[in-house]
Amino acid sequence: MHVSRRGFFKVCAAGMSGSSLVAMGFAPTAALAEVRQFKLAHTTETRNTCPYCSVACGLLVYSIGDGAKNTKAKVIHIEGDPDHPVNRGTLCPKGAGLLDFVSSPARLKYPEVREAGTNEWKRISWEEAYSRITRLMKDDRDANFIEKNADGVTVNRWLSTGFLAASASPSEAGYITHKVVRNLGMLAFDNQARV
Amino acid sequence: MTNTWSDIKNADVVLIMGGNAAEAHPCGFKWVIEAKKLNKAKLVVVDPRFTRSASVADYYAPIRTGTDIAFLGGVINYLLTNDKIQHEYVKAYTDFTFLVDDNFSFENGLYSGYNAEKRSYDKSTWQYQRGADGYVLTDPTLENPRCVYQLMKKHYSRYTPDVVSNICGTPEKQFLKVCEYIASTSGTGRVMTIMYALGWTQHSQGSQIIRTGAMVQLLLGNIGVKGGGMNALRGHSNIQGLTDLGLMTNLLPGYMTLPSEKEADYRAYIDKRAPKPMRPNQMSYWQNYEKFHVSLMKAWYGKAATADNNWCYDWLPKLDKPHDVLQVFEDMYHGEVNGYFCQGFNPLAAFPNKHKLNTALAKLKYLVIMDPLATETSEFWKNYGDLNDVDTASIQTTVFRLPTTCFAEESGSLVNSARWLQWHWKGAEPPGEAKPDTEIMAGLHLHLRELYKKEGGAFPDPILNLDWPYKMPHEPSSEELAKEFNGKALEDLADPADPTKIIRKAGEQLDGFAQLRADGSTACGCWIFAGSWTQAGNQMARRDNSDPYGDGQTQNWAWSWPANRRILYNRASADPSGKPWDSKRRLVWWDGKKWAGDDVPDFAPASAPEVGMGPFIMNPEGVSRFFARDMMVEGPFPEHYEPTETPIDVNPMNNNPQAIYNPASRIFKGDLENFGTSAEFPYAGTTYRLTEHFHYWTKHVHINAVLQPQQFVEIGEGLAHEKGIANGDQVQVSSKRGYIRAVAVVTKRIRALKVNGKTVHQVGIPIHWGFLGQAKAGYIANTLVPFVGDANTQTPESKSFLVNIEKI
Repeated sequence: MHVSRRGFFKVCAAGMSGSSLVAMGFAPTAALAEVRQFKLAHTTETRNTCPYCSVACGLLVYSIGDGAKNTKAKVIHIEGDPDHPVNRGTLCPKGAGLLDFVSSPARLKYPEVREAGTNEWKRISWEEAYSRITRLMKDDRDANFIEKNADGVTVNRWLSTGFLAASASPSEAGYITHKVVRNLGMLAFDNQARV
Repeated sequence: MTNTWSDIKNADVVLIMGGNAAEAHPCGFKWVIEAKKLNKAKLVVVDPRFTRSASVADYYAPIRTGTDIAFLGGVINYLLTNDKIQHEYVKAYTDFTFLVDDNFSFENGLYSGYNAEKRSYDKSTWQYQRGADGYVLTDPTLENPRCVYQLMKKHYSRYTPDVVSNICGTPEKQFLKVCEYIASTSGTGRVMTIMYALGWTQHSQGSQIIRTGAMVQLLLGNIGVKGGGMNALRGHSNIQGLTDLGLMTNLLPGYMTLPSEKEADYRAYIDKRAPKPMRPNQMSYWQNYEKFHVSLMKAWYGKAATADNNWCYDWLPKLDKPHDVLQVFEDMYHGEVNGYFCQGFNPLAAFPNKHKLNTALAKLKYLVIMDPLATETSEFWKNYGDLNDVDTASIQTTVFRLPTTCFAEESGSLVNSARWLQWHWKGAEPPGEAKPDTEIMAGLHLHLRELYKKEGGAFPDPILNLDWPYKMPHEPSSEELAKEFNGKALEDLADPADPTKIIRKAGEQLDGFAQLRADGSTACGCWIFAGSWTQAGNQMARRDNSDPYGDGQTQNWAWSWPANRRILYNRASADPSGKPWDSKRRLVWWDGKKWAGDDVPDFAPASAPEVGMGPFIMNPEGVSRFFARDMMVEGPFPEHYEPTETPIDVNPMNNNPQAIYNPASRIFKGDLENFGTSAEFPYAGTTYRLTEHFHYWTKHVHINAVLQPQQFVEIGEGLAHEKGIANGDQVQVSSKRGYIRAVAVVTKRIRALKVNGKTVHQVGIPIHWGFLGQAKAGYIANTLVPFVGDANTQTPESKSFLVNIEKI
């Protein structure tokens, strides 16, 4: 049986005799008399990839929360993955600051709208966001969709709405974005590769 | 990248030009250091600034921004005149021997067929000579004056060291020293790698700069070999993936292309993209185009795609012209765009001429932002004083801002610069109600589908029939989507060699693109990703980092496209007889029966060397091209043109007023008046990135905001002295399009250059600031940049433009 320093005091507080515990050989060992426990000991380690440049360094993301329904996993530490064959555990000044990106005060939390002519954001629900956006899309598409060009050739394109895609989102997001966007007939479609 | 990050350690010479890996790609740059330490490699850096890459280089040479073609053209001339080329390689693996149309010509800065009014070329003479059998004519003696070798030699003979020095401002001696380093890799025993980034792409002639670099590498026999290659150090973590997946105006996944409106006929569309070999016994791999295309249509439209409707060919939008970002903002500026989506993209900061962008965005009816962070674009309507001086009340755009997850909160794959698809796992819940992009796209599609079902509307067929097989339609999982782009069998697939054998049963994941069919029996969302999630599972999640050959290829780490091949064109690492050029650097070889090796051969596995198939199997020529035929808009050989805004007013390579800057670049009416002259704006401005920041994200990140809190510009001591600017002074840097204000950093890192008899000063402008974030608020640097792009790719010319600087 190992009793940590904190555990030892807890046991005392519960009314058991400290001295008899010691007498029984359950004294806190020197190695366990630490100031506090290693912060990452009870975290979940997840393999990830740095979202910045395309060296794509391997990351170890440490989060708390045990996966239960009523807990929310939260990232508390990020470091380079020593197993990764390219970065071999290192991170640059950008990657080393990733924790502050995850928890940046600039992170968006809720769908919002800025109504025409106003000077503020207003929180809305996802349902309202989807409904209003798709209504605008459909009205614009229905009004401006070009089925045939001047020569009578079937062109099925929609030029009056455009889409810029995110080149830091996963390939799966890129794939479904392409599937949905192109399917609407959109051609004003690009991603950061253009820059 | 043709090669991989860790392969850089195999190089003997590393040329960093048009990039600054030490600061922008630090953990990749460690492989340069590894090459220096373990391989005694020499690092050569050519850059307008003495960067941190330069600070550890064995040799540094300065260059005026935007003159890289002149420099590299001079290198080509040096290699050809000093006979520093790998003869057997260029003769067998390039178009050296190919004969070119007799009417093709180059005169005083222009190629044959120029139309000044349209600023474009009739490219009909930019072709090879063909024989009666349809094949390209060649001259193995290389003596015919119309062979590519002779034409190229003549073209670049004009790029003598004094001409190079006069244009680039690089002292002649330093230029020649760089040539010596490069030329030291012309034999088979030594190899150079080239590392470049936006310093080569963000010019009005950027694609041609990169071609010139590739031509140097081909002359030296450095393509397809360990430690060699052309290595684009790409920007965002998945910019390679999104390019691969074709999220660009004219692309489909896997570098397939959308039809133009002149291609109404399906068969003609396919045939044009499936070219027959131009020489006997060549592979011309794109002949398989239809298999990839039909499989994509099956992945998108499922049962609705049939042979009878040409696999829904009519459903694909047909291009009238490319609608790249510059074109779209031009149209938006003229009120022709109503809606715009910015998914993880901050165009107000990333694109040129902020004033024009602001005006354009204000003409939108609706703007939808999907981002983890509050971007400047999302608040373009808000007045931030001098930093964003807009009249909010008059802006009638409705703006939606949807919160998305970031890397730590989602699972999926990212494709790195080396084409590795690496899987990552979700580690935490997103803040508030943020959702992954996959779910938002599903939400938009399902809501639209519902509306079209209920109301009908313009051409609803593709929307109603889009294949949507996901277990939770509102939340397609990354796993489902990854399996979809890998591809699966829709019917039992018989082995073409033995029809009694079934290679994959209906519903099974495919092993690779070789299994794709054009008859609708396979579905595959991105043919080059086929093999990433096979019946054996997720290959992108592989984590075996062993390196059995000690060459840094780690074949079992993640999965690289195509076919888990780590070095592209690797057939060229062996001589025509199939024997490695260099036994120390062997990669693939002919073992008497088949191609074998450390890497997956980039070749027909059973094609014996005697057949004479060339190593560049994607090209109908079978070999690599010095002469680009009609594939580039401004000419088959790269030629030096000045930046659109030039500090020297002339192009010393010609005396043709039509050929001062790129004669085929697209310039919109109204932007011409927004270009400055050297009289008003005498200095060459160039934007760049700092090691502490990543684009416009990290100003939102506390630690990085602390590390580099405030906007600055960098100028040389000579200019500072001339303008009475001291280190730390506040200055205003202006271009014809606007101004920014920042602290002046006076430095020895940027020096004045002698160019065409004139002293040219350069002004360095880091880009990372904006009106939002935790760093001190600053001006968007792209305020200064002209609204013009590379003539082929329309990548903005952010690296070379004219500015003035004044102390304030």
